[in-house]
Formats: sequence, C-alpha cells, structure tokens
Amino acid sequence: MTFINYATKEINCKIVYYGPGLCGKTTNLQYIYAKTSPEARGKMISLATEADRTLFFDFLPLDLGTIRGFTTRFHLYTVPGQVFYDASRKLILKGVDGVVFVADSQPERMEANIESIRNLEANLKEHGLDLMSIPYALQFNKRDLPNVISTEEMYRVLNYKREPTFEAVATTGVGVFDTLKAVAKQILIELRKK
Amino acid sequence: MGFADLMLHEEDSRRLREVLGRLRQDSNSRAVFLVDKNGQQIANAGDVEQFDTTSLASLTAGNVAATDGLAKLIGEREFSVLFHEGQQDHIHISIVAKRAILVVIFDERSSLGLVRLRVKRASAELDQVFEAMIHRSAAPSSAGEVSPFSEITDEDIDALFSE
Repeated sequence: MTFINYATKEINCKIVYYGPGLCGKTTNLQYIYAKTSPEARGKMISLATEADRTLFFDFLPLDLGTIRGFTTRFHLYTVPGQVFYDASRKLILKGVDGVVFVADSQPERMEANIESIRNLEANLKEHGLDLMSIPYALQFNKRDLPNVISTEEMYRVLNYKREPTFEAVATTGVGVFDTLKAVAKQILIELRKK
Repeated sequence: MGFADLMLHEEDSRRLREVLGRLRQDSNSRAVFLVDKNGQQIANAGDVEQFDTTSLASLTAGNVAATDGLAKLIGEREFSVLFHEGQQDHIHISIVAKRAILVVIFDERSSLGLVRLRVKRASAELDQVFEAMIHRSAAPSSAGEVSPFSEITDEDIDALFSE
C-alpha cells in the first residue's frame, strides 16, 4: 500500500525481502545500508536474536530521490526466514508494495526455497494480494559458493512469472542493487497505472 | 488487489496536525505521533526532533502488529491500547480509525490517566478526519484531480537509478 503524502510531497513504498532462513535477506539490506550515502538512508533496525538471526524484522528506510517533485522513499523490510516464525512473516507482509525473493543457491537449500515461495504465496493471499500481480524480483544468492545449482535449473524451478531474476553475492554486493532497482521500478510503474 | 493507497492531502494534514497539537498540549506530553498500521508516519506534534521518527513509526507498527497477533491467538479482536512504562518516559499507543496508530510519549509532567482521557477525545476527532481521508483516497477522481504519477515516464524512473 503506497502512502502518498501530498502535504510533505512524499511517496512511501514498502518492499519486503523474503526467503528461507540464512539465504541472505539481512545481508542484502546490510550491503544497501553500507553503500548508500547517509543523507539517503535512515537508521537500519535489526530485531534479531542473540545469535544474530532475524527474530522479527530488519528495517531500512531509503530515499531514492525525487520524481515529479515527490521524494521517493522506500522502506525495506526483511522477514525472519526460519519456518517457525510464520506468524511474524505474515505480519510484515501487511501493506507490502513489492517483494524480493532471495533464494539460496546451494542444492541442500532448494527444498527450503520452494517451501518459502509457497509460504510467500499463501501469506500474500491472506492479505488479499497475489504473487502473480504484485511487483516481484527473484535473486539467486551465494553464487560465489563452490557447490551451487546451475542458474538455469534454479530459474526453471523457482521463477514464478518470468519476474526479473538476478545472480547475486550479497556479501560483496553483486546483484544487490540490481535486484532492488528491478522491484522498485515495478512499484513505480504500478503507481503510474493507478 | 488488496492495494488501497492512502493519500494525505494538505487539508487533511493540517487538520491532523491541529488535533495532535491540541492533544499534546492538553495531555502535557512530550510528543504525539500518528502512524499508519503499515509503519509510515502520517503526522506528528511536539518535541519530535529528538526522536528518530521513521524508526519510531516502523517499530510501533511492528509492535501493534505483534500484539494484534497475540490478541487473535487468545480470541480477542484486538488490544486497542498498549502502554510501555519506562523510568522517565512512557509510551501510550492506541488504535484510531482502525488503520492508524496514535502514539503519545510523556514523562512525569503528565500521567497515564490524563493521557488516556485526552487520547479518547482526540481519537474521536481523528476518526472523523480519517473517514474523510479514506473516502478521498478511494475516489480521487471524484475530487476532479489528476494523479501526478499518471504521467511518470520511463525516463523519470530511470533517472532515480542513474547513480
């Protein structure tokens, strides 16, 4: 749900990074935070366990600049990936404008990727949203690891609707901004349609 | 689609600020915020410069969402008021107009009783403003206005990502 503030001339959009546990959602946000100028970003908040696993969400507000005189602000959230945090994941999807799915490229995580996309689909549905029509980008993360599934195979199994798909190494930033841009663009295009 | 965009116009914004300003004064509180349930800040009043308002909005929304989840677990529709008591500062959180969250931050110069009383009155006023606002958001064309975004070009969008 885009929030358009005509009084302050701001557009606020919400992007959620989704995916299985330890796939690199938080790492995506950390990289964006590290590489964005302090004027363009707010404080990054991580509600994490003592072992640094996301407990509730990470949050990063980002100013992309102005469009038609309106400051374009994106609020990036991650969900906790671990299966048993489903209630929290559902809450975070509330009012989402676009989703990035971060998939783990390791063969042993393929099942978890599939399960997580199914979970995303179901949780969006509970908010009256459809993965088929919501702005969406797919990221194959951890491409630097020695034992990864081919991108062709991952695309075949995980790509949902020919959404923009990127190879990434979130720890070094490869593909991180490309993925963000892809989903942000779709959100703005949606805005134009309304 | 479940999209129902919220649009805040100058007139609504002014009315909201008025109500919040009065609430802050009458309750003798430090600051008052109005936050969308999705975590976006709508308006504020008082001593807001010393707070990270964006983080505050997002965390408040998370807090309310988690508490809503708890309420449903035990068969309640919602917990309409949350109160966090600190050593010096306290936060009173309540739901207004079903989709917004009213946050009052106060210290020893006020009291929970006073805040609750004033929040009640302000909530009724905020309900009215919101009703008008949601109405307008749902039917922007009826007000005879054209969305400034209908003419966004691909170049505008690309320019955002040019760096």
